[in-house]
Amino acid sequence: MNTTPASSVEMKDVHLAFGEKEILSGINLSVPQKARLVILGQSGGGKSTLLRLILGILRPTKGEVTFKGLTVSRMSRLRLNRMRQKIGMVYQYSALISSLSVRDNLALPLEELTRKSRDEIDQLVDEKLELVGMADARDKMPAELSGGMRKRIGLARGIIMDPELILYDEPSAGLDPVISSVINELIISLSEKIGATSIIVTHEMDSAFKVATHMAMLYQGTIIAADTPERFKNSDNPVVAQFIAGETEGPILQAPQKT
Amino acid sequence: MQRSPSPIRTTLQHLSSVVWLLVDTGKEMGDRMMRGRLPFRFSIFFEQTDRTGVGSIALISLVSFFIGLTMALLTGYQLQTFGQERLVPGLVGISFTRELGPLMTGIMIAARIGAAYTAELGTMTVSEEVEAIEAMGIGPLRFLVGPRVLAVFFLLPCLVVVSNFTAMSGAALISRWAFDIPFTRFIDTALDSMLIRDIIAGTIKSFLFGLIIGLVSCYKGLTVKGGAAGVGNATTSSVVTAITTVIGFDTLCNIVLVALFDT
Ligand SMILES: Nc1ncnc2c1ncn2[C@@H]1O[C@H](COP(=O)(O)OP(=O)(O)OP(=O)(O)O)[C@@H](O)[C@H]1O
Ligand SMILES: [Mg+2]
Repeated sequence: MNTTPASSVEMKDVHLAFGEKEILSGINLSVPQKARLVILGQSGGGKSTLLRLILGILRPTKGEVTFKGLTVSRMSRLRLNRMRQKIGMVYQYSALISSLSVRDNLALPLEELTRKSRDEIDQLVDEKLELVGMADARDKMPAELSGGMRKRIGLARGIIMDPELILYDEPSAGLDPVISSVINELIISLSEKIGATSIIVTHEMDSAFKVATHMAMLYQGTIIAADTPERFKNSDNPVVAQFIAGETEGPILQAPQKT
Repeated sequence: MQRSPSPIRTTLQHLSSVVWLLVDTGKEMGDRMMRGRLPFRFSIFFEQTDRTGVGSIALISLVSFFIGLTMALLTGYQLQTFGQERLVPGLVGISFTRELGPLMTGIMIAARIGAAYTAELGTMTVSEEVEAIEAMGIGPLRFLVGPRVLAVFFLLPCLVVVSNFTAMSGAALISRWAFDIPFTRFIDTALDSMLIRDIIAGTIKSFLFGLIIGLVSCYKGLTVKGGAAGVGNATTSSVVTAITTVIGFDTLCNIVLVALFDT
């Protein structure tokens, strides 16, 4: 029972279909503890869907997803809620609660799930806002913020519970280069200081290679390559090479469109 | 080729989903309380009770007042031809306490509050807010659905009382003016003709209708698909479904009550 599994998240032959349309067809992936895994993949390829499977928001049509050795798809609603408290999710489109102020958005999980006092909560909120450079937005409503600002608040909310596993869905998309680097450094320092495992979905190659300790490429519903960043850079897999170089010539666009 | 599922089957599926929504919400709240914490934020609960209850008093009173008045007037004129207009207070009293009060209030609350719940939760669903709450492990059912369902559940019966009183006032007023029934006699005859059984039936119905409206509207909101248009469709469908379900259960209740007590 108490053996600590070597990998934080593991996916075994995971399939997922929306109706007739199969999005993921046999994902095998293992994320070691404390790793920073960058997942690359085409737009619409199912990266966000993959993260939802880890959180248990979607259930695989076949195969299994485990978190710390426990099968996510077999957990009851209450067990899932407990598991999710150990996972932070940074949404692609922020997903802030629009009726709550920035402060209340960040405070929400703390107020609901911990027994911290108001002062402690305020202190934590300020601390995390500081980390993402948004200290002056504390009392604003989400609607008053720009997309990039919302994204950073979303990130701050994702890490507020000091999670063991952090899922970043395109954390630096739409941010200026300086903030983007700040976010990259934040991702690295979070994993080094707290020892959190991170899964990062991104399209930006620079930041991908900056933060990754592991890399995986999702293509046509399967993980076609999983390796270290160095070997990814020099990969002779034509899909990976084309994706990293961002070339128009190659297998990616020529492949028949899956519908 | 995909065959569209039969309407009976989809109805049964929706019905079981609504029942599961109730069960899961109860479980989430129960789990919370076992840990010695409040099942949901009372500030949200009070916000909803304020909106559902206090906010609806004007509408309910106005509509019930006029319906009570009209009913007394119309039945009064008919009964007057037989010299039986003294039956008016009992007639209005019985109709409202056991039937019209809960039914009218249910319909108005489904339109006013059920629609709001669906639109709110639907918008939150579409913008991934509900999912984010779920992903944090907060439990969107206890956090969002719990306080809303409980607010209508407890407030609908209170509004039914308001509806009954205003309807009786409307009837009393018109009876005094059109049929020369003094207020004191109106109250006495009304009280004499009303039965405890009718009042209990009305109360049970009120709680039941509140539960139905709360669950249906939250269910419709949480299952919205397809952006702004989806929220619009869900809201319409929520009001229609809640009203028809309320009327359906009302009929069912009446049949059961008549079968049990043969009145
Ligand atoms: N709830 C849903 N119902 C039906 N289809 C869906 C649903 N969510 C996603 N899809 C489909 O699944 C596919 C993968 O979506 P997903 O959001 O995971 O892509 P992605 O890799 O994150 O893309 P992007 O990089 O553009 O964010 C898409 O083709 C999308 O149409
Ligand atoms: Mg995505």
